Amino acid sequence: MVNGLNLAFQFLDSFAFIVLAAAGLAIIFGIMGVINLAHGEFILVGAYATTLAVTGLSVPLPVAMLVGAVVTAAFGLVVERTVISGAVPNRLWARLEPPLSATLPDQAAALLPGTPLVEPLYDRLADSMVATFGLSLVMVQGARIVFGNSIDQVATPLGELSYGAFSYSAYRVVLAGVSVAVLALVYYVFAYTDYGMRARAVIQDDRTARAMGVDTERTYAATFAFGSGLAGFTGALFAPLVSMQPTLGGQFLVEAFVAVVVGGASVVVGTVLSAGVLGAVEASVTNYFDSQTFGRIALLLAAILALRFLPGGITGYIERLRTRRREDR
Amino acid sequence: MSRRSRVSRRQFLIAGGAALATGLAGCSGEEGGGAATDTMSSADTVTIGVLEDQSGNFALVGDPKHKASMLAIEEINADGGVGGREIEAVTRDPQSDNQRYQELTRKMIDDHEVDVLWAGYSSATREAIRPIINRNEQLYFYTTQYEGGVCDKTTFAVGPTARQQLGSVLPYLREEFGPRIYTVAADYNFGQLSADWVKVLANENDAEVVGEEFIPLSESSFGSTINNIQEADPDFVMSMLVGANHTAFYEQKASAGLEVPIGTSTAMAQGYEHRRLEPPAMANIYAGVNYMEEVPTDSNTRDGGFVDRYFEKYPDAPYLNEEAETNYFSTYMYKEAVEQAGTLEQPEVIEALESGISLGTERAPEAPEGETIELDGATHHVDHHMWVLRADEEHNIEAVEDRKIPEQFLTETVGCDLREEDEQTQYTPVDFFEEAE
Repeated sequence: MVNGLNLAFQFLDSFAFIVLAAAGLAIIFGIMGVINLAHGEFILVGAYATTLAVTGLSVPLPVAMLVGAVVTAAFGLVVERTVISGAVPNRLWARLEPPLSATLPDQAAALLPGTPLVEPLYDRLADSMVATFGLSLVMVQGARIVFGNSIDQVATPLGELSYGAFSYSAYRVVLAGVSVAVLALVYYVFAYTDYGMRARAVIQDDRTARAMGVDTERTYAATFAFGSGLAGFTGALFAPLVSMQPTLGGQFLVEAFVAVVVGGASVVVGTVLSAGVLGAVEASVTNYFDSQTFGRIALLLAAILALRFLPGGITGYIERLRTRRREDR
Repeated sequence: MSRRSRVSRRQFLIAGGAALATGLAGCSGEEGGGAATDTMSSADTVTIGVLEDQSGNFALVGDPKHKASMLAIEEINADGGVGGREIEAVTRDPQSDNQRYQELTRKMIDDHEVDVLWAGYSSATREAIRPIINRNEQLYFYTTQYEGGVCDKTTFAVGPTARQQLGSVLPYLREEFGPRIYTVAADYNFGQLSADWVKVLANENDAEVVGEEFIPLSESSFGSTINNIQEADPDFVMSMLVGANHTAFYEQKASAGLEVPIGTSTAMAQGYEHRRLEPPAMANIYAGVNYMEEVPTDSNTRDGGFVDRYFEKYPDAPYLNEEAETNYFSTYMYKEAVEQAGTLEQPEVIEALESGISLGTERAPEAPEGETIELDGATHHVDHHMWVLRADEEHNIEAVEDRKIPEQFLTETVGCDLREEDEQTQYTPVDFFEEAE
C-alpha cells in the first residue's frame, strides 16, 4: 500500500541525501575539472571532526557541525596546495633544486627532476582520478591508524514526527530543508559575490581571466576549499545518522557521482534537478515494492537511461533545447 | 643522452633495487619471526596460521579475533606449549579482501606449511578459501557465528550457527511479546539463510513471520524499512543486519521513535554497537549469542578471568567480542587434540578432535561462555552455551536467559557424520524444510 505521507518523507530523505552527497563534488568537478575520488573521505573528515568536537570537547552539536565544515575546508585547502595544484612542493623544489644540483656530481644532478616538480591536476580527468584515489586510500587507512576501527557516535537530535501508525525522524525532514539552503548558498556565492564572478570567469576561459587580472591560482584554491567545506558539512550533518567508521565515505560516493553526471554541467540547477528526479524514482519504487533493493535498482537504471539519452546530463539537454529554440527564431 | 648518464642510471637502478629488496624483506618478517623459521615445521614447534582482518571493512570485528588468538597462543606457550612444543604464530592481514585471503591461504599452506589455520570473518570469505583448504586437506578452524550447515572433513566451524543463535532468542521473545515476527536481514547468503531459519523456528514455536525485508549491504537509509515495520505492527523484529552501513538502522529506528523489541544474531556481540552508539539507540535489543564481554560467568568476569587477561595484554582494545572468544577457546581445543593424538600429523589431529573434545573438564580450562562446552565429533560443530542478552535504556547488558543448545541441523536433520563419511558440503535449510522455501 502506498501511504502519501510516507512517500513524501521518503522522497525528502532521498532528495536531501543526494543533494548533500553531490554538492561539494559538483563544484570541484564542474568548476575545476578534477574528479575527486576522495570526496567520500572529505565527508569522513567532516563527520569525524563534528563527532569528536561533541564527544571530546563537549561542543554543542550545531556548533560542532560548523567546526566540521571549517576543518574540512582547511583540509581541502592543504590538499589543493600540495596534491592538486602542487604549488607547495613546486615552491620548495624550486628553492632546493639549484643548490642541490650544484653540490652533486654532474651525473647525479642530471637525474634530478626539473621544475616544476608537479603539474597541476586541473582539467586532467584521468590523472586527477588516480591521484585522489590514492589520497582516499591514505585517508581511510590514516583514520584507522589514528582513531581505530570506530569512534563513539552522537545521538540524532530533535525526536520524531508521529502521524497515525507511523513516525519519521524529525531531523531527517530538517535535512531536506538544509539541503535546499545549501543549494541557495551555492547559488548566491556564484551568482552574486566577487569571488563567484571570478570563479565563473576562470571556468569559461582561465587565460583571458588571468589577462584581466584575476588571480586564477587563488580562485582555484578557494573553489577547492569551498567544495571541500561543503563535503565536510555533509559529513557533519550525517554524523548522527551513519556508522562512524573509516569507510563511511563510501556510501555517499555512488549517489554523488550519479547525481553529478545526471545533472550535467550546471552545478546548482543540475544538482537540484537530478536529485529531484533520482529521489522521486528511488522513493516511489521503494515505496511501491516495499523493497529498498528495487529502489536502488531503479535509481541506477534511471541513471543509465539518463546517460544513454541525455549524454550532457539534464542541464546539457536544457541547454541544447534553448540553443535550438534560439536558432529557430 | 650521454654515455656517462646512462651508466649512472644503471648504478642508480641497482642501488634502488637493492634498497627496495631490503625494504620488502623487512615487511615479510612480521610476527612469525624471520622468513627462514616460518617455513620450517620442525619437530619441536607447532606452526599456527592466523588470518584475521586488521584493516578494511571487517577490521572492527576481525581485529578482536586476531588479538584473542594471540592471547591464547601466548598463554599456552607460557604454560609449556602444546605437549612440550612451542607455538609459532604466522599472521598476515588479509585486509577484508577475499582474493587476498585466497592468496594468503595458499601461502600459509605451501610456504609456511602451517599445522593448523584460523581464517576469515564472513561466510563469503570462508567459501572463497574452502576449495583451497579442501584441495590441500588442511585442518581449518572457522570461528564466526554463521548460517550453519557446513559439513566438511577438514573444516571445524566452531562458532554458533543461525539455528543455535536464533533458536535461543526467538523462542524467548515469542514467549515474552507474542507470535508476530517481522524479519529484516542483509541481502546476501548469510542474511537470506538466517531469514529461512527464522521461518523454520517460527513454525516450531507457534509463531508467524508477518513481513520480511532484505537490505543491500550498501544501504544506510532505513526510512522506508521503519515505515514498513510500523505498518506491519509486529510483536517483535528479528534483525540479521550486517556491516557498518546497516548499523545506522538502530540509530534511525530510535530517532523515528520505533519502540518494538528487536531480536538479533548480529548486533552488539560482534560490533559492540551498545558501546559505540549513544543510548537509547540499542534499548530493548536482545542478542542471541554464545558470548559477549558482559557474559556473567565466573571464568569470564572473575579477577584474572578472560576479560581481565585480554585487557591486560591489550589495554587499548575497545571490546572483547563474540568471535574473539571462539578463536580463544578453539585454540585450546586444538591443543587438547594434539596432546591426545601425540603428533602434529593433521589426519591424526582431526581424528582426535572427532573423538569429542570438551573444555571445562579437569584437564582443559573452562570456556569463558559457560563452564563446559563440547566439540561434536560427527559434525565438527560446537554445542554452545547460548545466552539471551538484553540492552536497557542506558545500554547496560543483562542476561535474561541462558541454556546449552546443541548443533541440531547437521546432527538431526541432515545426518552428517564426518567420522563415517568424508564430505565437503554446505547444506541449506531450503532442502529440508517446507517453510523455508
